[in-house]
Amino acid sequence: MAAKENVEKIACYHCGDDCVQEHIVFDGKDFCCNGCKTVYEILNQNDLCTYYDLEKNPGISLKSKKFDDKFAYLDNDEIAHLILDFKEKDKAKVTFFIPAIHCTSCIWLLENLYKLTAGVNHNRVNFVKKELSIDFNPEIINLRKLVELLVTLGYEPSISLEDSNKKHAKSANRGLYLKIGVAGFAFGNIMLLSFPEYFGFEGLEENIQRFISYLNMLLALPVFFYCANDYFRSAFAGLRQKFINIDVPISLGIIVLFVRSLYEIVAMSGPGYLDSLSGLLFFLLIGRWFQNYTYQGLSFERDYKSYFPLAIYKYIDGKLMSIPVSQIEKGDKINVRHQEIIPADSILLSAHANIDYSFVTGESNPVAKKKGEYIYAGGKQVGGSIDLEVVKPVSQSYLTQLWNNEAFTNEKDVSFETLINKVSKYFTVAVLGLALVGFAIWFADDVRKALNAFTAVLIVACPCALTLSAPFALGSAMRIFGKKNFYLKHVNVIEKLLKISHIVFDKTGTITYSQAGVVNYEGEKIKCEDYKNIKALAMNSTHPLSQLLAESIDENITDISLEKYEEISGAGLKAVVKGNTYALGNWDFVNTGTGKKYEFVDATQIFVAKNKSLLGRFKIENKYRDGIAGVVDSLKRKFTFSILTGDNKTEEKRLLDLFGNSTTYRFNQSPQDKLDYVIDLQNKNERVLMIGDGLNDAGALRQSNVGISVTDHTSSFTPASDAIMTSDALKYLPDFMKFARTSQNIVVAAFIISFLYNIIGIGFALTGKLTPLVAAILMPLSSISVVVFATSMTNLIAKIKKLL
Amino acid sequence: MSVIIILIIISVIVAAFFLGVFIWAVRSGQFDDTVSPSIRILFEDRKQEKSDEEKEENPGAQT
Repeated sequence: MAAKENVEKIACYHCGDDCVQEHIVFDGKDFCCNGCKTVYEILNQNDLCTYYDLEKNPGISLKSKKFDDKFAYLDNDEIAHLILDFKEKDKAKVTFFIPAIHCTSCIWLLENLYKLTAGVNHNRVNFVKKELSIDFNPEIINLRKLVELLVTLGYEPSISLEDSNKKHAKSANRGLYLKIGVAGFAFGNIMLLSFPEYFGFEGLEENIQRFISYLNMLLALPVFFYCANDYFRSAFAGLRQKFINIDVPISLGIIVLFVRSLYEIVAMSGPGYLDSLSGLLFFLLIGRWFQNYTYQGLSFERDYKSYFPLAIYKYIDGKLMSIPVSQIEKGDKINVRHQEIIPADSILLSAHANIDYSFVTGESNPVAKKKGEYIYAGGKQVGGSIDLEVVKPVSQSYLTQLWNNEAFTNEKDVSFETLINKVSKYFTVAVLGLALVGFAIWFADDVRKALNAFTAVLIVACPCALTLSAPFALGSAMRIFGKKNFYLKHVNVIEKLLKISHIVFDKTGTITYSQAGVVNYEGEKIKCEDYKNIKALAMNSTHPLSQLLAESIDENITDISLEKYEEISGAGLKAVVKGNTYALGNWDFVNTGTGKKYEFVDATQIFVAKNKSLLGRFKIENKYRDGIAGVVDSLKRKFTFSILTGDNKTEEKRLLDLFGNSTTYRFNQSPQDKLDYVIDLQNKNERVLMIGDGLNDAGALRQSNVGISVTDHTSSFTPASDAIMTSDALKYLPDFMKFARTSQNIVVAAFIISFLYNIIGIGFALTGKLTPLVAAILMPLSSISVVVFATSMTNLIAKIKKLL
Repeated sequence: MSVIIILIIISVIVAAFFLGVFIWAVRSGQFDDTVSPSIRILFEDRKQEKSDEEKEENPGAQT
């Protein structure tokens, strides 16, 4: 390793990164790269430096972000049309998803965009969804300029095939808010109007009493017909499939409440239970709202479309034109540039290409390709631009074919039954049984009393508290996980986690760091001076291995220039630095026949030579994430493991040390292999938790019972999964699994509490003493106490276990 | 006593008015994003004068 120098770390004024590779001082401030400095200049000129006052170092690092004419395709009207929300002659509106939005300063700057450029009329940030909507005048500023401005500032919008497909759906929560509002309105008013009844005022005139009753009925109508319709629908759908879900007893309770109240009011035999009815729905809907909590900034549904570009350059009559990716046909000649994804299986027309297949295989090192070779879709070109001839259309290509698998067409895991639905079967039967018993006891005595007892049991047993226990206990647990950077798609993922018996890990990017590797040097001693020169050489290449090598050398270089720089893709690079020729690359490229021998190792290696004499080699090994050994240790007793990787067997020995003999290892796995492996396990009655990171795991993540995708940043794309986890949260996985169990126990405890209330209530009902007052007290009391219990217990235990 | 009926009707109408306001608020999207407005309200403190000047310069610009 290079000699460590004691360099004081300087944080970039713009993005807060350490100024390691470059250090620019401008206007008395430190910047880590030219990009950051440029943004500062732009903001400074436009009096927008409040950006830096709102948060410290709010910017987004702009290292290695060059776009040249990357966005030229936006000039194409057809493509622009896909992105724009609407467009008229001098008015257009567009909404971008910008993953980089992360702080107050971001909102401030993006909403002040109109100060930076003419033609922008109005712009607004939705922080939760990380969206920026812009009204602009296309006659003054076009879409491409707008996007380029955002990119210059570090806020690159995500423009992908997927984003263009979905037009912005209205928030699904609006309907729920309306229902809660209506139910709350009815609940409050009916209860207020029922107060004379509660206190037993005798003096009330009969016509006033009747007026109040009919007014209550009027207020309850929207509750019954509007607020409750989701429950009726769900219960009906369940019954049609011969399946009793929790909505069946709820609907039964609601209908009986409503019908009996109606009857009592019309027959003038009593005031009815309309206050209980609206209170019940009010609480139920609040429970639903708590349960429906979602992380709007994250997407759990992404498929390959969100990785693929929207447009591609195609040769039409010898000229490069941008066309939408969906229009690519077999035989088209296309041009793909540095860091762009190849959208369809093709044949290489250029002499050389360097394809990074990490999306597809997880194998992190780029593969060199020669003219005429077959290139699979999903690879990323590294280096210069290349020409390709398309062999298969996008949807039929190697990678995208994975999405034609039935795992993606079927609804995921339909057989899964939540605890609440399991309980509801027995509950419904028991309640109906008891109601009939009540009916039978009173039948001999008085038919009217018998009917009263029958309906009273159904009313009081309506499982409101029962229904609320799971949403509030699990919903709180989900929020606690969220604070630890483990984001669930839905609360029922917690219940699914409990059933897991087998954990499948992907290797690259999941249990190892996706970028970093450990660089070890062996060979002749390298002088400090040489290290600097080697770093200068390595920095000049875009190849990930060179970048990694450059980063691993801890030297400050500022004034080293290269001469006769040469890079041969798939082989290596060389240049003259300060009079000496340095070469970096593979054995054939660097070996000059000096006769030195190296024993064969299964690691990625870079050989290095100075003036044609071989110095030694850098070995690059994967770096495992911190704490992964602890995770394995504490989960080993309860679960069996598998490791699937697209890599070769290089790392087998180290994996064995880490995971032990009882784990199954599979190497050289294609995305389809991973999917098949998970199906195999499931056929052996294993319930599989898949932890993966890339598009190559997409099939397995989808097929598994629970799929978790690991990502370094929540702003980067993750394939469709049940949960998203940042990589630093991976070490808490055992704690998450344990806490999932705890929260389920809390649900059970809350069930017991609500059963107790039901027993008390049924006692009243069977003896014919269920007055509207008792119902009006019992129902909110049981609901509120269960909600308080579930929420506070979950948070309390999380605090004790130090998860909060 | 029948005055109470009038009072009840008035109280329900007032309550219904607020329900109507709530429905309007939900429909117009005020509940879609509850985070950004809470941040937005704190902007433009330090550079108040400057941004005011700017607004006068470009009256067409809206915030």
